[in-house]
Amino acid sequence: MAQKVAVIDYGSGNLHSVAKAIEHAGDCQVLVSSDPHEIKTADRVVLPGVGAMGDCMAGLQARGLDSLVRELVGHTPLMGVCVGMQILAEYGEESEGVDALGIFPGHIIRFPNDLTDPNGLSLKVPHMGWNQVSVTTHPMWRGIENLTRFYFVHSYRYADWQAPCVAGICTYGEPFAAALAREGVFAVQFHPEKSHDAGLSLYANFLTWDGSC
Amino acid sequence: MGLAKRIIPCLDVDQGRVVKGVQFEDIRDAGDPVEVSRRYNQEGADEITFLDITASHENRGTTYETVSRMASEVFIPLTVGGGVRTTDNIRDLLLAGADKVSINTAAVFDPEFVKRASDKFGSQCIVVAIDAKQVAPDRWEIFTHGGRKPTGLDCVEWARRMVSYGAGEILLTSMDRDGTRDGFDLGVTRAVADAVSVPVIASGGVGQLDHLVDGVLKGHADAVLAASIFHFRQYTIAEAKAAMQAAGIEVRL
Repeated sequence: MAQKVAVIDYGSGNLHSVAKAIEHAGDCQVLVSSDPHEIKTADRVVLPGVGAMGDCMAGLQARGLDSLVRELVGHTPLMGVCVGMQILAEYGEESEGVDALGIFPGHIIRFPNDLTDPNGLSLKVPHMGWNQVSVTTHPMWRGIENLTRFYFVHSYRYADWQAPCVAGICTYGEPFAAALAREGVFAVQFHPEKSHDAGLSLYANFLTWDGSC
Repeated sequence: MGLAKRIIPCLDVDQGRVVKGVQFEDIRDAGDPVEVSRRYNQEGADEITFLDITASHENRGTTYETVSRMASEVFIPLTVGGGVRTTDNIRDLLLAGADKVSINTAAVFDPEFVKRASDKFGSQCIVVAIDAKQVAPDRWEIFTHGGRKPTGLDCVEWARRMVSYGAGEILLTSMDRDGTRDGFDLGVTRAVADAVSVPVIASGGVGQLDHLVDGVLKGHADAVLAASIFHFRQYTIAEAKAAMQAAGIEVRL
């Protein structure tokens, strides 16, 4: 029987894009759910996210899903996407400050307003579009070439690109984390569900990932 | 290495069919939106913009259904615009599978709508579409209703205001150039792109590949949008990208 992948529904807008992309990526049954019991029965879990970090945290907490996500770590392979990655950090400076899940150490902070490219031209925020990712040897990148482009759209980022948990780096004015990893958890700042073949490859890798780093 | 400049084919959709007219007349049928977007996706389009040009209450259902079909098979960002007037419209489009929605006329009549929309759904999915016409040297004004109704609003000031209200991106169309194939209005493109802190998509007037290059290099646009050169297969997206790359512009290949 096909494995079950749960996409956590806590009111985030892009659930269906994520679900459709995972269905396209490989043989699996995708369920979009906000029921902790149902999510626990899944073989793998995806935490999506768009919009503001504070809203996403509030959405998780209102459904009692924050503690569920913490419980899953190390037991069920978990993938965070965009704001779903950001809320796995400790804290975000968005709005009046957001205490997040703390599954990864570190903070999510805004891109500075005075970013420039190598030619000295000022860079726009949000960072929107296709940018290159320097990948590591992490198994989730299997078959994905270094400097492959993925689709990003965000104004805040995990800035400490030298942290040990960083598993992929992107540069926009300065380097930042495109991916974070620890045992059983892989999270990306970009949107694999909007990154065409490269994104589908990443979801396909998630479907076979054993959780090791 | 860094962020690529984007090429965005635009689908003007009327009752479930892609159409393209010259300055809003002489509309020619250019196919089924899902088939067309699938082709663009394969050719390497960076995003797709879907404009519901009739956007009447009666064909809303068709639009949601088409958007949903597109989103199920095309895994690149999809912006949907045309008749977006309420936060319910936005919610329904996002649920159907749109990644961003484009607000045009409603922003002119109720600027606070942009604020409410970006507070509720996040700036990342709110595109403000601006239709500009030149009224004097170095001065452009906002027009509504397909370029027929003047508003007296200065285009550059308006763009700044929309960004301060939470627009995450500006889709700037020159009504003087739209459908002419004479190239973008580089003056207004550059004026707006240099004035705002968010990405600007240049639109209106592309007839050859050099125009796309000029939009980025001379107009300072972050993305370039075109319709008829792609719909009628004058050029493929891949050819457009090769031309941009040859001009030294970073693109996703």
